[in-house]
Amino acid sequence: MSTFFTMLVPIIIGAVALWGMVRKVDVYSALIAGAEEGLGVLIRIVPALVGLLTAVYMLRASGALELAAQALAPLLNAVGIPPETVALMLVRPVSGSAALGVGSELIATYGPDSTIGRTAAVMLGSTETTFYTIAVYFGAAGIVKTRYAVPAALCADLAGFLAAAWAVRLLF
Amino acid sequence: MAAIWTGMVLISILCGLATGNGGAVGAAALEGAGAAVDLCLAMAGVLCLWMGVMEIMKRSGLSAGLSRLLRPLLARLYPEFAGDKEVMDSVSANVSANLLGLGNAATPLGIQAARKMRRRTPGVACDGMCMLVVCNTASIQLIPTTVAGVRLAAGCATPFDILPAVWLASALSVCVGIAAAKLLARVWRD
Repeated sequence: MSTFFTMLVPIIIGAVALWGMVRKVDVYSALIAGAEEGLGVLIRIVPALVGLLTAVYMLRASGALELAAQALAPLLNAVGIPPETVALMLVRPVSGSAALGVGSELIATYGPDSTIGRTAAVMLGSTETTFYTIAVYFGAAGIVKTRYAVPAALCADLAGFLAAAWAVRLLF
Repeated sequence: MAAIWTGMVLISILCGLATGNGGAVGAAALEGAGAAVDLCLAMAGVLCLWMGVMEIMKRSGLSAGLSRLLRPLLARLYPEFAGDKEVMDSVSANVSANLLGLGNAATPLGIQAARKMRRRTPGVACDGMCMLVVCNTASIQLIPTTVAGVRLAAGCATPFDILPAVWLASALSVCVGIAAAKLLARVWRD
């Protein structure tokens, strides 16, 4: 089973190529044409990410997230989320690598089978780096007015965090 | 986005001054800009590869077949693009990659969908694009391998025992995200 998952990407690529041959498509030139388009997309993403990551790194270095974590801890306790995970929840939408770092530390400190360790793992597994995704998608599409995309995506994140805490309590 | 970005920068400066981290904030700004370029280079290969594979799928009719399969669901999520074959094909490929847990492949495919949606409303995120972003930020991950690796490293005997909880949490988060996007689409005024 695990070999299947590690081989999933080559299997998909192989199957697509084989199907293309069957349908008499020039598979290689299609691949190259698509890849070339990808390069153009990449150039559009760079400025959006430079803007976003500059702000994200500043925010992380400033200690603002720690201050917010202290302020939010009692509130989280009230809705059933372990307050130890607050830093993870704040970092998660802005930086994937930082969230993984904070989460790993929680798991190592409290143990992978503790409620806090499990909650941290489920939070990491069930959410995405929201701001990064938004910057990449809207950067590539040249969107300046993002309308309600950010609040809607943050709603989904919040629901994911709450559900993670409740699911761990319910299932373990 | 303009307000959010300015807000993030201003909060960083104020908190940096308040906590005495002013110097670190200055260094971090430059570091972040560099990290963005590193990140783009790191994803360049995967992005080009999957856009190439997508092109094969398009020319061989595979993506059209996929989009017929997912049409009942996607026509409801993206009503304004239900008649647009190209957009539907890209969104279907993006959803399939997400369901298979191929986050690396889902991003380029989603980007392609966003670029095709843009043609109608240049510069402004239409309802479909907001929905696309929400579905991808709350992406359903069937096998969270990275987290399982972290748990294994911390001495866990059964790193995958969190799977049902992860599925439950991500399903709920996707549902809330879709509901929020549909609701905000009705009430949002700009």
